[in-house]
Amino acid sequence: MDNRSSVEIFTEWDIVAARQLGRNEAKNSGFGTVDQARITTAISELARNIYLYAGKGKIEIDRLSTDGMKGMTIIASDEGPGIPDLRKVMEDGFSTSGGLGAGMPGVKRLMDDFKVESEVGKGTIITATKWLR
Amino acid sequence: MPQEVGKQYSELLRKYITHEDETDLYAAQQVSRKFIEKKISPEEVISLHKTSVEQIFPDLALRIGPSYDFLIEIMIHYGLALMEHQSLVRKQEALQIEMDVAVKVQDMLLETTVPKVNGLDIGVVSKPAKKMSGDYVYFIEQGNEEACVAVADVMGKGLPAALCMSMIKFGMDSLREKATEPHHVLEVINQIVEKSMDDSMFISMFYGKYVGATSTFTFGSAGHEPALLYRAEEDRFVELDAKGLLLGIRKDVDFQQKSIELATGDFIVMLTDGVTEGRNAEGFIEEDVILGMLRDVKNLPAQQIVDHLYTELFKMQNYMLHDDFTLVLFKKE
Repeated sequence: MDNRSSVEIFTEWDIVAARQLGRNEAKNSGFGTVDQARITTAISELARNIYLYAGKGKIEIDRLSTDGMKGMTIIASDEGPGIPDLRKVMEDGFSTSGGLGAGMPGVKRLMDDFKVESEVGKGTIITATKWLR
Repeated sequence: MPQEVGKQYSELLRKYITHEDETDLYAAQQVSRKFIEKKISPEEVISLHKTSVEQIFPDLALRIGPSYDFLIEIMIHYGLALMEHQSLVRKQEALQIEMDVAVKVQDMLLETTVPKVNGLDIGVVSKPAKKMSGDYVYFIEQGNEEACVAVADVMGKGLPAALCMSMIKFGMDSLREKATEPHHVLEVINQIVEKSMDDSMFISMFYGKYVGATSTFTFGSAGHEPALLYRAEEDRFVELDAKGLLLGIRKDVDFQQKSIELATGDFIVMLTDGVTEGRNAEGFIEEDVILGMLRDVKNLPAQQIVDHLYTELFKMQNYMLHDDFTLVLFKKE
């Protein structure tokens, strides 16, 4: 079975498509309504960042099943400008004060595991996982 | 979320829907407090509410269910905002602790003792508007015959300001053994500050030296507020000002130096702009008001005069200090 599905992000409508994919996957994996909404919000934030700052990129969703643990991973990747100051974007108050939304700390809180790899001028890969309890 | 909490919520809701009793709402308030304590997020509460409603009205479940899903989506961001707020509050508490340490360091670093000089009565009050002051007072005593004082206002706050003050102190201490003139002290401190501090840091400073044997007060000023001299015999105030640039702007600056002689009952008030630029509801407090207050209590000991002035001006400003407030008074007995 193919455990990975993805949506390319070019326009704002693709954000909705990514959300829809994420919600379906979350539902099928057995997540409850609140966690579905959390995962979808996280996808929404990541897709929006791609749309706003990189122009284009990709949201991939992996269904996980390891050591009896089930969950799902969101991988948001782009070849945009990269994040020059990771520490700053991970700080509370940085994005919300400008009205930019939940921002990276928000995504981190919505999910269980969170990882950013970014290189200026090359792009960004964000990986976020939620485990089913 | 703990199941027992969910059950409690469900039962309480059912009871309230049946009786619509205030008691249940009061109980709901307690539950809400417990939820916050257990860090249950807003979206979880709505999910719980949805489940409870669906149990109470099973035939409505299909019709109203989506409306709750909609609300859950809306509340996710409120939940995030709440968590962010809590984390910022924790961060602020940590900063507060660091700040308290800095204040302690400043207090320790900048401690000064009021000199005891024959024939001279000294009063001092210095109150920071916030935790760390930008005003600085430092005294030097030479036997019972001489007293020097620096009254400075550092433009800038916090630790950089405190470091600046320690330079002033260092400068004054290193010159104490030589019978140094005010203009020279200002020159030396200016050089230290100019060399060590970045360009955004300026200091205004009034420096005075009283010599008991001759009852003379010699002073210089680096762009500081003029001091006020009260002449008891004439019952009038005179401004004491001397030309000089703020400290830290240019390396070589000449400071003017002046001298006056004090007669019994005369006093000198050295201050910072927190005193002269106090504001009340109608605007700045007029200088005449301040002079009037000084005149009212001119016969009191120096410390009581400055305390009185501080209390009155603090009251006039509606119990708020907009700026650091410093007064030093030299009164000839």
